[in-house]
This record gives sequence, C-alpha cells and structure tokens, in this order.
Amino acid sequence: MIGASIRRTEDRRLLTGRGKYAADFRLPGMLHAAVLRSPHAHARLGTIYPEAARGLGGVVAVITARDLAGVGRIPVRLGPRPSLIACLQLPLATDKVRYVGEPVAVVIAESRYLAEDALELIRADYEPLAPVVDCRRAVEPGAPVLHEAISGNIVDRLSTHTGDAMRALAAAPVRVRERFAVQRHTGVPLETRGLVAAYDGGTRVLTIWGVAKVPHFNRRVLADLLGHPEHLIRFVELEVGGGFGVRGEFYPEDFVIPWAAMRLGRPIQWVEDRREHLMATNHSRQQFHEIEIGVSRDGAILALADRFLADLGAYIRTHGVIVPELTAALLPGPYRIPNYSCEVLCVLTNKTPTGTYRGPGRYECTFVRERLVDLVAKALGVDPVEVRRRNFIEPDEMPYEVGGASLGQRTVYDCGDYRSAFETALAAVDYKAVRAEQAAGRRDGRYLGVGVGCVVEKAGLGPWEYARVEVDGSGHVVLYSGAAAVGQGLETTLAQICAQELGVPPEAITVIHGDSALVPFGVGAFASRGASVAGPAALEASRKIKAKILRVAASLLEAHSEDLVLEDGAVSVRGVPDRAVTFRELARAAVPGPPGMDPGLVATHFFEAPKMTYPYGTHAAVVEVDAETGQVWLRKYVIAYDVGKAINPMIVDGQLVGALAQGIGGALLEELVYDEQGQLLTTTFMDYLLPTAMEMPEATVVKILEETPTPLNPLGVKGAGEGGSSGVGAAIANAVADALAPFEASVTALPLSPDRVLALIRAGRER
Amino acid sequence: MKPPPFEYFTPASVEDALALLGEHREQAKVLAGGQSLVPLLNFRLARPRYLVDLNGIPHLDYIREEDGWLAIGAMTRQRAVERSALVRDRCPLLAEAMPQIGHVQIRNRGTIGGSLAHADPAAELPAIVAALGGRLVVRGPDGERVMAPERFFVGYLTTALEPFELLVGVRLPVRRSRTGHAFVEVSRRHGDFALVGVAAALTLDAAGACADAALALTGVGPTPVVAAAATRVLVGQRPSAEAFQEVGRRVSETLEPDSDLHASSEYRKHLAGVLTRRALTRAAERARGGEG
Amino acid sequence: MKERTIRLTVNGRPYERTVEVRKTLADFLREDLDLTGTHLGCEHGVCGACTVVVNGEAVRSCLLFAVQLEGANILTVEGLADGDNLHPIQEAFWEHHGLQCGFCTPGFLLTLYCFLKETPRPSEAEIREAISGNLCRCTGYHNIVIAARAAAEKLASAGPTP
Repeated sequence: MIGASIRRTEDRRLLTGRGKYAADFRLPGMLHAAVLRSPHAHARLGTIYPEAARGLGGVVAVITARDLAGVGRIPVRLGPRPSLIACLQLPLATDKVRYVGEPVAVVIAESRYLAEDALELIRADYEPLAPVVDCRRAVEPGAPVLHEAISGNIVDRLSTHTGDAMRALAAAPVRVRERFAVQRHTGVPLETRGLVAAYDGGTRVLTIWGVAKVPHFNRRVLADLLGHPEHLIRFVELEVGGGFGVRGEFYPEDFVIPWAAMRLGRPIQWVEDRREHLMATNHSRQQFHEIEIGVSRDGAILALADRFLADLGAYIRTHGVIVPELTAALLPGPYRIPNYSCEVLCVLTNKTPTGTYRGPGRYECTFVRERLVDLVAKALGVDPVEVRRRNFIEPDEMPYEVGGASLGQRTVYDCGDYRSAFETALAAVDYKAVRAEQAAGRRDGRYLGVGVGCVVEKAGLGPWEYARVEVDGSGHVVLYSGAAAVGQGLETTLAQICAQELGVPPEAITVIHGDSALVPFGVGAFASRGASVAGPAALEASRKIKAKILRVAASLLEAHSEDLVLEDGAVSVRGVPDRAVTFRELARAAVPGPPGMDPGLVATHFFEAPKMTYPYGTHAAVVEVDAETGQVWLRKYVIAYDVGKAINPMIVDGQLVGALAQGIGGALLEELVYDEQGQLLTTTFMDYLLPTAMEMPEATVVKILEETPTPLNPLGVKGAGEGGSSGVGAAIANAVADALAPFEASVTALPLSPDRVLALIRAGRER
Repeated sequence: MKPPPFEYFTPASVEDALALLGEHREQAKVLAGGQSLVPLLNFRLARPRYLVDLNGIPHLDYIREEDGWLAIGAMTRQRAVERSALVRDRCPLLAEAMPQIGHVQIRNRGTIGGSLAHADPAAELPAIVAALGGRLVVRGPDGERVMAPERFFVGYLTTALEPFELLVGVRLPVRRSRTGHAFVEVSRRHGDFALVGVAAALTLDAAGACADAALALTGVGPTPVVAAAATRVLVGQRPSAEAFQEVGRRVSETLEPDSDLHASSEYRKHLAGVLTRRALTRAAERARGGEG
Repeated sequence: MKERTIRLTVNGRPYERTVEVRKTLADFLREDLDLTGTHLGCEHGVCGACTVVVNGEAVRSCLLFAVQLEGANILTVEGLADGDNLHPIQEAFWEHHGLQCGFCTPGFLLTLYCFLKETPRPSEAEIREAISGNLCRCTGYHNIVIAARAAAEKLASAGPTP
C-alpha cells in the first residue's frame, strides 16, 4: 500500500458536492456576520457610531472594540519573541488603524445581505496620519511610526554568521554584488476563510466549525483570550478549500465571532468575501535584498553576505518573524559556503500583516541565491550549470551543518544527493538540445531561454504528532490523527500507512482529524509535515494496535501470536484458515481482554520529530520571450524532487504541480499592489492575477525521486508540500534573463510582467 | 459582497422598458447579460434603485443580414455571435474577437448590447464597431436614432445614451471583397481585458495596393481610439513591413494612454505600435489570401 | 417589488420559492434549496467555482439573480451523478487526481459537462481554453486536463448521453 498511487478516499464526497465547507454549514437560528474594515492605511480612530446600523431591521448586534475591552492580543504561534509583543494585533482596532482592511466593527444580522446593508450605516471618525508603505522608507529617520510602543518601525533584527564572510569576500578574486526584490503576494486559496460558532449556555460548550491547520493550538488561544476553559471549547474542521500557509492561523475574526456567539446565545456564521480576503488574510514574501558573493576563479563559492529588509506589514501575526528567519537559514541552499553572513531587518509598514505562504522564505531566498549564481557564471564566462556542479554539497558530507538556525533548530541537512537531482532535471529538460535550439532561434529573432533553480526545502517540523488507532465494535479500523486536512489528501495518505500494517484496504479505514472532541491532541498541517510527522505517528500507532490484535487473537484462538496471520480484517492460525476470528469479534473480546493488556483495541502514539527534514531538488524552465511585447511563454518546465519516500506518488505529483502553478503566479502574475496612500489596489480577481490553465507550461515533467530516504523517521519520508513552489521564481527569472542575454537585461525583481520585461530590455539596450 | 437592495422590473417590450426608464431615469439601471453590472452590484459600486431587466423582451435577439449590413440584436448572447456561421462569413473581424472576450461562461450570458452600452475602453466590441464604422441603433421615447460609434462612445464607461434610451441593436458593414481583418491583443492572462488590443481592416485594390484601411485600438484611451490619420497614408501603397511599421509608429506617437497597475502608459504606447503592425500584417495576408 | 415567486427545475426537480429580488442564483441554490455544492470563490464572475448549467449552458451563478431563472432548467453538481453512479467526468477526475481541496471542482465539472457535449473530441489546447474561466489553486490544472481528455474518451465510447 505504501508507494501505491491509489485514488483518494476523500474524493467521492467532493465530486458529488457533498463536502461541507465552512460556508456550507448551517444551524437553526444561525446569524450572519460582516466586518467593517478600515478604509485608511494609517489613522487615529475616534468615535464609532453604530446606532443607525443597530436600528436596521434584522440587525442583532454591532460590536466594536469598546465591547471587547480587556481582551488581549493574538499571540505568536511559531517563534514567539519578547520583542514582538508590543506589535501584536488586537481583535478589533482601538485607538488607531494601521492598514486598509483592519477590522473596526462587526455586524451580526439575520442574513449576510442585511449585515452588509448595516455596514454602510456605520460611521466612524478617523484622523488620517501619514502612512508608510515602502519598508525601505520605513527604516529611514523621520518616517511615520506605526507603533509608538517601539521606537521606529524595525520590530526585530536577525543575524546569522558562519566563518568570516567579510574577510573572505575581501580576499575573493571574483565578487558579484546585486540587489533583488521579491514582491508581496500570497496563498489565496479558492475557498475564503469562514467559521461558524455556537454556544450552549446550558453545558457552557462553545463549538467552532470551519477551523483549519492548527485547531488544537487555536483552541488554546481562544480559551486564553475568552477566559473560557479549554475543555469546554470544541473545534471542528470541515472540508478545507486550500491552506497554503495563510488559512487556519488565528485571525481577529476567530475571536470576535465566537465571542459574539457566546454573548448573543445564537449561532453565528462568518464567511469572508474575496475582497476582504485579499486585504485581511495574511500577505507574504515581500523582501529587499542586497547581497554579495565571492568566488574563486574556478567558481568555488568562498563567501556570501546578504542584508535584507522583510516587509511584515502593520502588525506581528502568528508567524512572528519566521519568514525572514527561514530566508536567512536556507539562503545557502545546496552549496558548500564556508563563510556566510546574513543581516535582517524586520520592518513594519501600513499594509496587511504577513505570515507564511507555501515555501516561506525559500521561494524568496532561492530566487535571490539562484539569480546570483547565474550572475557568477556570467562574470566567469561559463554556463550557469557549471557553477552549480562546482559547489554542490556531496552526499558523503551529510548530515551537513550549514550554520545558522530557524524554528529553534540548527540548520543541519539530514541527507541528500543534490547533484543527482540536478542532473536528472537537466536530462529531463534536455539541456543541451535547448541550448542548440536557443542558438538557432536567436538567428531568427526568437528569444528562448533556459534557467535552473536548485532548492533545498525544509519539512517535517515537529515537535510531535499524535495518532490513535481503534478497531470499533463493528470491526472497522478508525485512525485518529492530530494533523489537519487542507485539501492535500491527508486521509488517503494516512490510510495507506495504516492499511499496510493492518492488512485492510485503505478505503476501509476511516481517518478522523480536526475535531478536538475526538482527537485530544494535535499539532496540525504546516511545514510539509503530514506524511513526515503524522505519517510515522500513524505507523507506530498501527504497529501498536497490530500487536494488541494479535495478542487478543492469540488468546481467543489459543495459539502463539507468531503463528497468526492478519489479513482482510481477520486473524487466522497459519495453515488453518478455519481457525479465525474477525476484527469485529476481536474488538468485542478486547474489553477487558487478556490479563495484563490495556483493555480495548485502541492504541495511541506520539511521534516526536526533534529535527526537520530537508527535501531538495532542481527546477528547470524553458521560456520564450516576445522581445516586442515583453510576454513570457513557458515552453517546458521540469521539477526533479527528492521526497525521501512517496507514500502515494500520484498525490506527491499533484502537490508538486500544484505548487508549481503557485510559483508561476509569483514569477509572472501575482502582486499585491499598494498606492502611496497605502490603498490596496488589487482587491479583485481581475487585478490579483491567479494563473489559469492557459498560463501553465506547454509541457510539464515531474520526476519524483526517492534516492535518499531520511533517517529521521521510520518511513523515510521527507515531505512534499512546498518544493514544487520554492524554485519557480528562480528558474523562470534565470530563464528570462538567459533569453534576454543578447539585450544584457538585468533580472532582479519579480513578477516578470510584460511591462517589466520590456523595461528590462530597454534598460539593457541603453546600457 | 452581496448586492444592495433594488426594485426589479421585467418589461415585456421595448416600449415598456422605455416607459420604466423614462419614469426612473438616473435611478434605474438596465440589466442585459449582467456580466459587468452584477459584479459592480456585488461590490456595491453601483447602487441603482431600480433594475430594468431586458431578458424578457422578445425580438432583441437576432443575427441577420439587412441591406448590406450585419444586424445584431442588443440582447444577442456573445456566445451566439461566436457560433454564428453568418458572422464568420460576413464579419470575420467580429468572429475573430469573440473568443477573446472573457470566458465561455461569460459569453454564454453576456450580450452584444450590454458590452457596447457598458463602453469599457478595454473591451473588444466597442473597438470593432469603431474600426468597421458600424452603427448603433438606439430607441427612445420619440423613436429610433442611429449613431456612429464616434458619437456613441463619449468617455470612460460613458455613452451618448440618455437615461431614457435603450441600445436595441448594432449594424456592421459586411465584408467587402479583397478585405482582410485582424484582431490582436495582449492581455496579462487569457480572457482578461487586453492591455492593448487592435482591430484592423484592410482592403486591397485589384492591383494589390491598399484601397482602404481602418484601425481601432482598445486600452489606450477613454474610448476606442480610431487611428484614421495614421492609416490614411497606407492608401495607394502596396502593403509592406515598412509601411505597417510606419503606421504603428504614427499610431503610437499620437496616444497618451493612462497607466494602471497592469501596465504603464509608456508600455501601452509602445505595445499599440507593435500590435498595429502585427494586425495590419495579418489583415493584409488575409486580404491577399481571400480568407477575410 | 422586493420579492418574487419563481418556479424552476433544478436537477430534474421542480421548485417554487419566493425570493428577495436581489438574491443571486448562487445564494438561492445554496440557502433556499440547500444545494451547497455550488461554491462561491469570488462573487464577481472570475473564479468559476459557482458555475452551474442553465438551460444547457454553463454560467456564473454569482452573476445572475434567482428571479431571472423563472422557468429555467438548472443542473448543479448535486445532479451530475446518477444515484451512486458517478458521471464519467466525475469518475475521470477521481481516477486522474483532478482535484485536491475540491472547492473549485463543481465548477470545473459543470464547465466540462457543457464543453464535452459541444466538443466531444477536444484537443489539449481546446480543453485548456475551455477551463480557462475556472480557477484552481491546488492542482496546477495538469490533472484536470488529463481527466477532461479521459472523460471525453469515456463519453465517446459510451455513446450519446441524455
């Protein structure tokens, strides 16, 4: 079962329209919420006048910060640091608003239509302040300050040092220096956020439906903010329409809606609309790098020194400063870099707060590093692939300590054969043939380019995950996982692992996740940890229950457990198929069961994962650029990616291609654009451009590699969720730069819109 | 994103619709296919008190040839035009542009009249009517008036329609012999409004020289821009890369498009020149090849 | 007139309902008929998640008002399978992993349902064009295109469908 591309057990309900997402959930008497958001990027918030809205028929309540007096700020989930506390967000704005879209009031009404009518009747006094929109400006003296509690807009400084980068740079025979910019863009799942909250005043149980990603953590946050006991709060995940890092973090609405449901004693549904989503849900990725590399004359990297600004938006949200931290930790990538330094300024601006987006920090650092490597090749006059071949860390150097740390762990690559994945990608893209076609094309005025992007990802973040396997009284196997589903096929993947151990078909196993009443412990779905942390937990729990099944069977069949055969939901004595007991019989006999056994066919396992895994691979893009219009056409795209072990290769392939599409969006199309006043201009799907089927490459080749299973877990799985995205900005930018080499175009920023590409051609010509 | 409250009318005839518009004037909005209006309602960027739905009015949905014109009813779905053999034969420029309008689900519902009356300067249909010198048929309380595109399209999302008038149809001249057409555009993604689009028609004389040429551009001004002066120089010349390049240069130089978040003014200006040359080149090939 | 009574057929079943005139078809299907398989991804006609079939044509249900559907015949994702037997397009999506989170899936299924009726033997380019008005954020479309081609073959070998 492990390694089989079986079709997914989730799909039937999704294909027939029976999957229930947050917006599909209904309760009798349910009310609907709508959020009033700040129209200003930066303003003092004066009096709010909710009376007219309260007077509208069908309106039940209008909630402002006054109603929430004393409620605390939303805490950091990953990497809390004392320096960040002053800049955390309150559920509703109090005396100041700091970005367009910041929640100011919430209307609760009999329908969403009425709630939106009521929003139009709320007036609020704002005293506009000068906004600071560009983080490069925000660090200058005299720039407007967002949070008076910290001096200036730099909320934190991070630094990483290995060796002595400055000295090594000074001594390096060849040095290349460049500035790079990655634009603000984000996950944008097709389902917007949403939740339903209901409070039972009798039992005092508060239930939230529509939670995602990290339900157990968020339940604790809500319990703390409400001052309501954790065991009286139940979180229930429904279907989740895509996560990508942004969904499932604790947002202001995740407090206000449950709070209102408790106050009003009626169920409340809130469903974010798309316009809100683009201004309220975490943004990501915006960074400005100034980087220098020193190499020997034969291309060996001697030193790398980077300094960058990370634009974190108006508040610190649940991810703290981990996106810049991960950028700095993984910037060295697959290359041996003896001297490395990175200085980071984490900067606040009057824009939507930020968090992680698939491949956080890696999409950014891979773009920067891989562009720089291509510039080294140019400086040395060699093909870019040769510089990479010169510098890969070799398999016999593993585990490899990079220097630096993130998420409280030193960066130590577990295992890998970077060169092998690289050569696989080059073979799949037919690198030599593309170079020949490029040369021929240039003679006809066609501009083809090929670019590579080598990726070292990070996955399998612990610290642990929970699994419990039960055989119920009717003989069905039920797997309870502390992980969460965000559309990635968690149920199928975990069922395959469990099925392998228990000898039942995966479709016969029910996988339950995301319900805090049924799954008491859990960490969740992020950092490509489903297969690599929840998977081993499921494996170990399955092994434990298998032992119990055999023990009960041995007692019933009066046989030694070594003589028993477990298959098709029954246990029989080897060679005597008639002497058999079914799971149904075993489950019933297991209470109290044989003396000395914990009663019941149930087994629990906490899998601890103190170290992360580092999946890796190479992206290769072939593009053609219309040098008259600036349009970029993707002719071919290759990803060779080592996941250690693929539980379901079809699902892994789907993860990689899906991530590729998002990466293409970041490379060519997607950008959250603000004007100088801090107004977000991209608040619709006509302005924020997700790739369609027409923008995907003409040919896509995915090579799933299993050459280096990780020693860090019993499955050898590294993780597959993010590496399809991380290398795309790099590979496409390198390919476009390669295509435009005759024009000396300098590709240093994303996205490569036609306008920007044409400007690069012009600027190159002028040089 | 739910629409604000409004009152809703379904007139059964043009006369009934005109009566409602006459009564409610600026407070009323006409609902045709709704593919532009309903998003504005959902965003609450438009808030009419009255919505006059034309979908129940018969006889506004037709494609036929009349006196040398291709006549299309205002409520004809864009998809019907796209599928029409008559359109492909009599007005290949329109046929070529249709699949580039939005996506199939939009064209299934969107109407010819709705798009023209919405008058988005980035839209394909106004430019085509402008390039071909079509006519817009408008009904008001005092009867019918037929307008030229340069009088109909008066500004950004603005036409010469009075609040009490309805666009009931459009007429396009049928293709002449030795005429080639082309519609080319560049958009960020397939189906998006073009950054710049060019509709071109080129007629050759028996000797193979240009007898007539017409061009209209989208996305470079508040209305479709007809480049009459630039194309005039082609008359009498044999089609050539140099001549088309020169027309492109002249077109580009006269334009002052706005910048927006998808493209700068400078880029649009440049692109207009490139696409002009490409459209004319393709139109000339087709004029010679007789494929329209 | 803030409300009207409409009669229409959805998935073969007749309904008569009184609705507020401003209610979109999508909200009507989801709230009044409890057919929540039609999803709302943008409510401004771009994402295609709310695509349903009205009188044989795929349309955005977020850009229609329910009152406009008097007498209409509508197919939603809930009406695509024949009892427990999935429609060949649904089967192909399952077989070829043409969905991940499933949110956009109903819109793709119904878009392809109409497309494959009109274009039974599509090229890959035609499939891509046909689904270009539907956004998917999970799959990268690759497997959707493969599923569409497989569905076309299944439908062709099964002969004409009702």
